[in-house]
Amino acid sequence: MPTALYRFIFACLLLLPPGAYADDAGDFAAADNSRQAQLLESWAAQPTAERAALINDLQQGQISVDGQSKTLRLNNRLRGLIETAQASQQLLAPDPKLRLAAALQLQKSAKPAQLAFLGRQLAGETDSTAHSALSLALANLQLVDPDPAVRLAAVRLLGETGEPLARTRLETLLQDGVETDAKVRIAAETGLAQVKRKLLIGDLLGQAFSGLSLGSILLLAALGLAITFGLLGVINMAHGEMLMLGAYSTYCVQLLFQRFAPGAIEFYPLLALPVAFFVTACVGMLVERTIIRHLYGRPLETLLATWGISLILIQLVRVLFGAQNVEVANPAWLSGGLQVLPNLVLPYNRLVIIVFALAVVLLTWLLLNKTRLGLNVRAVTQNRNMAACCGVPTGRVDMLAFGLGSGIAGLGGVALSQVGNVGPDLGQGYIIDSFLVVVLGGVGQLAGTVYAAFGLGIANKILEPQIGAVLGKILILGLIILFIQKRPQGLFALKGRVID
Amino acid sequence: MKRRSLLKAFTLTASIAAMGMTWTVQAAETIKVGILHSLSGTMAISETSLKDMALMTIDEINAKGGVNGKLLEAVVVDPASNWPLFAEKGRQLLTQDKVAVVFGCWTSVSRKSVLPVFEELNGLLFYPVQYEGEEMSPNVFYTGAAPNQQAIPAVEYLMSEDGGSARRFVLLGTDYVYPRTTNKILRAFLHSKGVADKDIEEVYTPFGHSDYQTIVTNIKKFSAGGKTAVISTVNGDSNVPFYKELANQGLKATDVPVIAFSVGEEELRGIDTKPLVGNLAAWNYFESVHNPVNQKFVADWKAYAKAHNLPGADKAVTNDPMEATYVGIHMWAQAAEQAKSTDVDKVREAMAGQTFAAPSGYTLTMDKTNHHLHKPVMIGEIEDNGQFNVVWQTKEPIRAQPWSPYIPGNDKKPDYAVKSN
Repeated sequence: MPTALYRFIFACLLLLPPGAYADDAGDFAAADNSRQAQLLESWAAQPTAERAALINDLQQGQISVDGQSKTLRLNNRLRGLIETAQASQQLLAPDPKLRLAAALQLQKSAKPAQLAFLGRQLAGETDSTAHSALSLALANLQLVDPDPAVRLAAVRLLGETGEPLARTRLETLLQDGVETDAKVRIAAETGLAQVKRKLLIGDLLGQAFSGLSLGSILLLAALGLAITFGLLGVINMAHGEMLMLGAYSTYCVQLLFQRFAPGAIEFYPLLALPVAFFVTACVGMLVERTIIRHLYGRPLETLLATWGISLILIQLVRVLFGAQNVEVANPAWLSGGLQVLPNLVLPYNRLVIIVFALAVVLLTWLLLNKTRLGLNVRAVTQNRNMAACCGVPTGRVDMLAFGLGSGIAGLGGVALSQVGNVGPDLGQGYIIDSFLVVVLGGVGQLAGTVYAAFGLGIANKILEPQIGAVLGKILILGLIILFIQKRPQGLFALKGRVID
Repeated sequence: MKRRSLLKAFTLTASIAAMGMTWTVQAAETIKVGILHSLSGTMAISETSLKDMALMTIDEINAKGGVNGKLLEAVVVDPASNWPLFAEKGRQLLTQDKVAVVFGCWTSVSRKSVLPVFEELNGLLFYPVQYEGEEMSPNVFYTGAAPNQQAIPAVEYLMSEDGGSARRFVLLGTDYVYPRTTNKILRAFLHSKGVADKDIEEVYTPFGHSDYQTIVTNIKKFSAGGKTAVISTVNGDSNVPFYKELANQGLKATDVPVIAFSVGEEELRGIDTKPLVGNLAAWNYFESVHNPVNQKFVADWKAYAKAHNLPGADKAVTNDPMEATYVGIHMWAQAAEQAKSTDVDKVREAMAGQTFAAPSGYTLTMDKTNHHLHKPVMIGEIEDNGQFNVVWQTKEPIRAQPWSPYIPGNDKKPDYAVKSN
């Protein structure tokens, strides 16, 4: 019997984290998945400086055994455990920023086995932000502490965060029979209410932001149409294809950067803006001069002709680039997001697009209201004959205005390429939305377009969580039809005596 | 004078061209085969390569002398991701072009749309994509996976320790018959594993949906309640904005893994894959599988793409439905050789029990009765080069259960093909 017992103890000792760290890599490489997971958990509980290099390697999916580097086959479970072990390791780092990041990671993924280690680290932590982050990570584990006083302190700490995870933890604690101490229960209840309030704020802000973001995308898609349809009165079915051409211009600029200036590839969208504007404006002016100008005043024919143009443009792109979507990568500064609240991340690409949309609106407004071209455009829109009599070259103004509308659509295309797919059919998905925005806003009104775009975006995002994306879209369409029935001129009607 | 000579010249050329055409038809009598895949619209991202794969396979068979001594001639039509158009084009292939067999369709809604046409005209369709089951037509051979060959093993993996022991599930899909039925089966399966309804969330989006902000925020919120996995049946190019949004909102595969049933190597070509590493896909074949048949298959495809100057040929990849297309065409050719005819009824009889050494590394068998292939199941993790690393696979090909036992009433369905009406 005793020998068996000794053997058992010896076997247990073998399973414990070994003292010789040089063998860790070898052990890990030789182990199967579940043993690897055990190793990682034990390493996370007792990090040592000697193991830092090994864990760094693991993070990269590499391991070096006997001086040879091998690629590891990891799965998600192991990757998660490696992250935790890495965070444990980083708590030992001298840089307080690293320690803070590590503590934040451990708030999500710390395991009960790390309790003792975290307690020690907390006692020695000097940086105040890292200290509070770490105490929260520790509090998560202390919820099951046998001492009610420790639990009470932990619950209070959790109550002060706005973490979605804190809510779940407190809710589990409040389930029947889990927490027996009355004081802790009361603290948990108040804490839970606090957390829920904070989460609600995050949720509402998040919803408002996604509404604004969708609105800004609609605005960019519709703004060009607000000029070609709104001011010139051309029912421009090829508007969506101008967006598509703008997106493809972005793709081409990206290709050129890849080939000739790979160092500056981060900034390709900036150069893509003028290129897209120029390309689509030229296409627009060409179309206007060759086809549309013969059809002014004949809305049905323009509708058919521009629809035909849109088909030609789609097929042209399909022949040149193929029917498949092309890859437009987000540069690093447009990837990722800004963490505002624990449950609110604002993606950079969407932030940039909101700002960009507003900038384009401002520029368009200035162009239409503060320049001679704008004056001419407005004059021609309001009374073509009178403008011509006063010496305004109406034909040239038409061409320039159509080019401007198309160019702005091209700018919209650059923005769209950063959030969605770039393919020959890109425009088809936006043309209906664009018309909805322009018609709802009131034809001929820039301000109306802005209000309608943001209104539609926010309404869509309020409805979507309630009734789903499919029904939400249907409901919005129904509402717009009713609204247009009641008020055919849209939100804002152009004031004036005659609009021909 | 000039006009007349022009006219003459035109007539002459036209008649020569016409003669030329009749001559080719007479000289080499061919077997026409139809290819019915969307080459434009939202499904083009997935289906275009199946058309090219079918053409490559036909070339391969022709290079070996064709079928029954006749060369195959492909008739390619484009139903443009438009479901009713699938039925029209299918009818055109069967009645005007008189093709012996059709290879095509990706979405279940397109298959459902052509099915009555094939049953009415007794045509033969080879369908190469994983689907929801609930169908077994004598006029269709299904070379993709049924739910028990893809969806159910995938969920079992997610619930296992290695898959992350997920306890809560978001079932996210495009709004049509395949995701809805698959999710119905999965919900019943999850119930049988003790997962409660409050831990399952079902979300649908329209085809071509591009704004996933709300959905990703909701997934995040849902995942705070316990270890969560997303089971995605999103089809077509909507996957690109979905994965982009996941990455931008900082949802990592280690926290919430996404397993996709319709995302393969081809779909990943359009995405920057670095933020996706660790997300999963369940299929019956991956390009990264190591075996000699696959090496040749991949090399042949790359060479074909380069030779025919397909778009993005330098980055050409193979995927599961392409493999299923390849297997399907070869099996049809074998069956037609065996039956010594391309007559639909004779080929159908010869198809039962047909075997083929597939690129997946297994010898696949066409079931004797249920018109489905026996297939192995593999689960792969996305790597940063856009390929999949197989993390789990079955030892043997498994038999399809088109009538899923998780849908009530299916136990009474026959295990052989009958017409749907």
